[in-house]
Amino acid sequence: MLLIDCPYCGKRPEVEFHCGGEAHIARPEMPTAVEDADWGSFLYYRTNPKGLHAERWLHGHGCGRWFNALRDTVSDAFVATYEMGKPRPDRDEATASSPSNA
Amino acid sequence: MSQPFRRPSGGRIDRSRPLAVTFNGKQLEGFAGDTVASMLIASGQHLAGRSFKYHRPRGILSHGSDEPSALLSVDWRADRGAGYRDPNNRASVVEARDGLVVNTQNHWPSLETDVGAVNDLLSPIFVAGFYYKTFMWPRKFWDRVYEPVIRKAAGLGEAPEVRDADRYSNRHAHCDVLIVGAGPAGLAAALAASADGEKRVILADEGFEPGGALLNDVTSEIDGKPAMAWVAETVATLDARENVVILPRTTAFGYYNHNHVCMVERVSDHRADAPEGLARERLWQVRAGEVVLAAGSHERPLVFENNDRPGIMLAESVRAFVNRWAVLPGNELVVVTSSASAYRTALDAKAAGMRVSIVDIRLDADCGTELSLARDGGITVRTGHTVIKALGGKRVTGLVVAPISANGSIGEKTTLACDCVAMSGGWTPSVHLFSQSRGKLRFDVELDAFVPGTSAQAERSAGACRGVYDLSAVIADGAKAGGGSSTPQATVSFAGFQPVRVLPTDADATKIKAFIDFQNDVTAKDIKLAVREGFESIEHVKRYTTTGMATDQGKTSNMNALGLVAGILDRPLPAVGTTTFRPPYTPVTFGALIGPARDELFDPVRRTPIDPWAEKNGAVFEPVALWRRAKYFPQAGEDMHAAVARETKAVRTTVGIFDASTLGKIEVIGPDAAEFMNRIYTNAWLKLKTGGCRYGLMLREDGFVYDDGVVARLAEDRFHVTTTTGGAPRVMRHMEDYLQTEWPDLDVFLTSITEQWAVIALQGPNARKVLEPFVSEIDLAEDAFPHMTVKTGYVCGVPCRLFRVSFTGELGFEVNVPADYGEAVWKTLYEKGQKHGITPYGTEAMHVLRAEMGFIVVGQETDGTVTADDLGLSGLVSKVKTDFVGKRSLTRPDMVAEGRRQLVGLLTKNPDEVLDEGAQVVDDPGQPIPMKMIGHVTSSYASSNCGRSIAMAMIDGGRTRIGETVFVTTPAGFTEAVISNAVFYDVKGETVDA
Repeated sequence: MLLIDCPYCGKRPEVEFHCGGEAHIARPEMPTAVEDADWGSFLYYRTNPKGLHAERWLHGHGCGRWFNALRDTVSDAFVATYEMGKPRPDRDEATASSPSNA
Repeated sequence: MSQPFRRPSGGRIDRSRPLAVTFNGKQLEGFAGDTVASMLIASGQHLAGRSFKYHRPRGILSHGSDEPSALLSVDWRADRGAGYRDPNNRASVVEARDGLVVNTQNHWPSLETDVGAVNDLLSPIFVAGFYYKTFMWPRKFWDRVYEPVIRKAAGLGEAPEVRDADRYSNRHAHCDVLIVGAGPAGLAAALAASADGEKRVILADEGFEPGGALLNDVTSEIDGKPAMAWVAETVATLDARENVVILPRTTAFGYYNHNHVCMVERVSDHRADAPEGLARERLWQVRAGEVVLAAGSHERPLVFENNDRPGIMLAESVRAFVNRWAVLPGNELVVVTSSASAYRTALDAKAAGMRVSIVDIRLDADCGTELSLARDGGITVRTGHTVIKALGGKRVTGLVVAPISANGSIGEKTTLACDCVAMSGGWTPSVHLFSQSRGKLRFDVELDAFVPGTSAQAERSAGACRGVYDLSAVIADGAKAGGGSSTPQATVSFAGFQPVRVLPTDADATKIKAFIDFQNDVTAKDIKLAVREGFESIEHVKRYTTTGMATDQGKTSNMNALGLVAGILDRPLPAVGTTTFRPPYTPVTFGALIGPARDELFDPVRRTPIDPWAEKNGAVFEPVALWRRAKYFPQAGEDMHAAVARETKAVRTTVGIFDASTLGKIEVIGPDAAEFMNRIYTNAWLKLKTGGCRYGLMLREDGFVYDDGVVARLAEDRFHVTTTTGGAPRVMRHMEDYLQTEWPDLDVFLTSITEQWAVIALQGPNARKVLEPFVSEIDLAEDAFPHMTVKTGYVCGVPCRLFRVSFTGELGFEVNVPADYGEAVWKTLYEKGQKHGITPYGTEAMHVLRAEMGFIVVGQETDGTVTADDLGLSGLVSKVKTDFVGKRSLTRPDMVAEGRRQLVGLLTKNPDEVLDEGAQVVDDPGQPIPMKMIGHVTSSYASSNCGRSIAMAMIDGGRTRIGETVFVTTPAGFTEAVISNAVFYDVKGETVDA
């Protein structure tokens, strides 16, 4: 079970959270002005990166706040969590580890 | 039974504390510090069970958690009744104490005489893949004949038949360094890691005494002291450090993401005096900054004919029994080995008084100093020899051995009489946890073993679990892994071995049983057969032969199986690969995994304030989301159909009373509340007057219906929103999502008030008459309180939000009172309503009544692909608002396309026939399969008010096809139905608007 660092509460176990998909996809100001194809992309098209991925998370069984997180989709490491509205932090691709047995 | 094989002195047992265990009905004697295995050996009892497939007599192979054979059923608290017994406990790790009742498994009628042993004689047919090949035809025999027979014949212990009566607890812990294993490496690591008092250190070991392999060691010295004195000093130092937690009897069984390690601590099984109610086991979920794995290694058995006879044990285990437990596993010992370490066993056993000889597969030149030490000690050593087979049945009586010549031929055979064999084929590092952590293994040719390669998490392995075997090196390695250093002077260990897979023999290899996997009864010939049949991947060989798939996870068998496959295929071992190690490392009880999460703590039941009344009045309940709701209230002799017919009739003719407390309720408060509602719902809200109600429809951004419910405006800045029962949490989440992430500028607060209000619905022509006497500060007159309005006041003197709403089409009120008053208000209304024939009704009647009116239920008529227009509800979608959630999607081409599935009614030709919900609809039942489905039934009921069955359905272009005949699937075939409008009941008399 992952430990997720809620920006408001601190580290809490994964079961308290709910993932809300890719972050930084803003709802258009005036949706009716958006072309069909663009609206389709907004609704349905998401990146599926190997490596760092910015995601929305809800601390539903905690403070009830939404926030964003940078998660490494390979190692599941949470590289950063940050408040809604803040820009995506500038981080290098990083994985969780560590000392080696070599 | 007395203890004829107990040594007169020595061992790590407390002779001042004798104890007794019941074994197959007989009394076994022993001392504190014993395991059941050491007590069995003390009594001379080696036969400890029957094997999985062939029912072969089996003894004790090992002294640790890798034991594959001596599996016992243990009744931990026989004095407390049933519910304390579990099967398949390894005798070698069951700590002895007074009161244990243990029994051997998998035999009938007795351990000594087992009818199932005939399988051993029939073994030529029980080859690898036997089940796949034999039980294929006929199909109908699969579950009726084959499975019951196989299940009865195979297997080990019996699953308990009663509920586990024990308690289990769990606990989360955080530390800077978690060390798994309290052998020399783990102790050294703990010592180093905890030197900094700021570092929280947890040291866990599966045994009940720290020391690991040093517990078996009476000859090694560390810095001039006996090894166990070093252990005692180290443990004392660690004990004195406040930043160290030592957990004995605690097995780390799973290594997950983010250094999350799960461990199970055996809290009370070893305590005769454990008070009732003390947890049996505790699950530890540890989050560690760093993990040091010091898990040790497993000895490899040697593979020769009848290598499973009781009395044949791993060499280190013989040493452990002799030294640690002061029991002799026999009088006449033959040590068979390709490993130097077994010489220590020979020397210690001889010192303890056993007659010992050694058969070494290696040539003199390949041996180290151990050889001359043994010979100088007066032990006969036959080097360059092989074992042809073991003699004896329920106990080994001899070994047939022979020299191997340079060209590999077998020389003259000699029979060595013996009652105990200590075998060693070398060592396999325990890389289970490392592998579980997703670390990559590396094959080390020198060590003939897979060792930890690249780590995937903040973790290090130390000592024997990464192939470091010499004691000084092990301690130094542990200290380094703990972040320090140490250069101890310790006795040089006998290390190194020559890998052998199957011992050379001149016997017909297809006729003999030389076991690789003892627990699953897999022999060398099974593996050979699998390879011959084309299974080359070790993952396939494993599944086909089941080698390594038993509860011991192949701890003793994996390397022998791998090596054999690699040898047959003539490939380097790493090319054959290794199988995946998965949790748990050793079997874990379900009790420990679930802890206190049983019954309602696992699956909570939400009850409404009126639930006690419903229960007392004979309600039949159904689960709705986590709630239990009254489904109907049968009277004597009524089935559901009759009860629902009566309840629905009462609502249409007089008055019904219904518990609607489970409706989701959210209060939307703030200066921007109306604007927020305007954006979240399809309807227009800005103009809704205070005191007004509106049926609200909510879409997802993709334009599909998400939820619905009545919303009341209580004040300019306050809305009381209701949602579907099941939808309450997701609607709240949906609203919060938009509020927090898209419109943080809106000044609005959302509060879930579902459980604050009990909701009592009064529905029917006499609803007002029932309610009127109890209402104060509210005028119920039609003009003053029309349909779809809300007022606050008092009912029965209790503060109330009174809604004039209807989900039945009849005159209706929903009485919202604080939850604590719900039952009292309900009882009053029910009792005083008797003169009007007030009838409690449940969810089933509620469904029928709403379907009679064509009212939808989100989640029943809708499935996430249905639009408002599909439901005929486009009137609820504002054309004026420039934006709301889902609006843009409504003009996407597919959403406005012709022929979308639309909500209609279906009337069966036979009015008594009730369609199945979910049934498919076709135009022509004669068309070839696959048929074109044109829709499905969403709701279907027998309606006594309509005098016939009614159904709602989603049909392609349904609204344009009213009056047409279609065919609906039934269990018997098809039935005819006519498409109709989805409103079935013509409300008479005083209705919603009267």
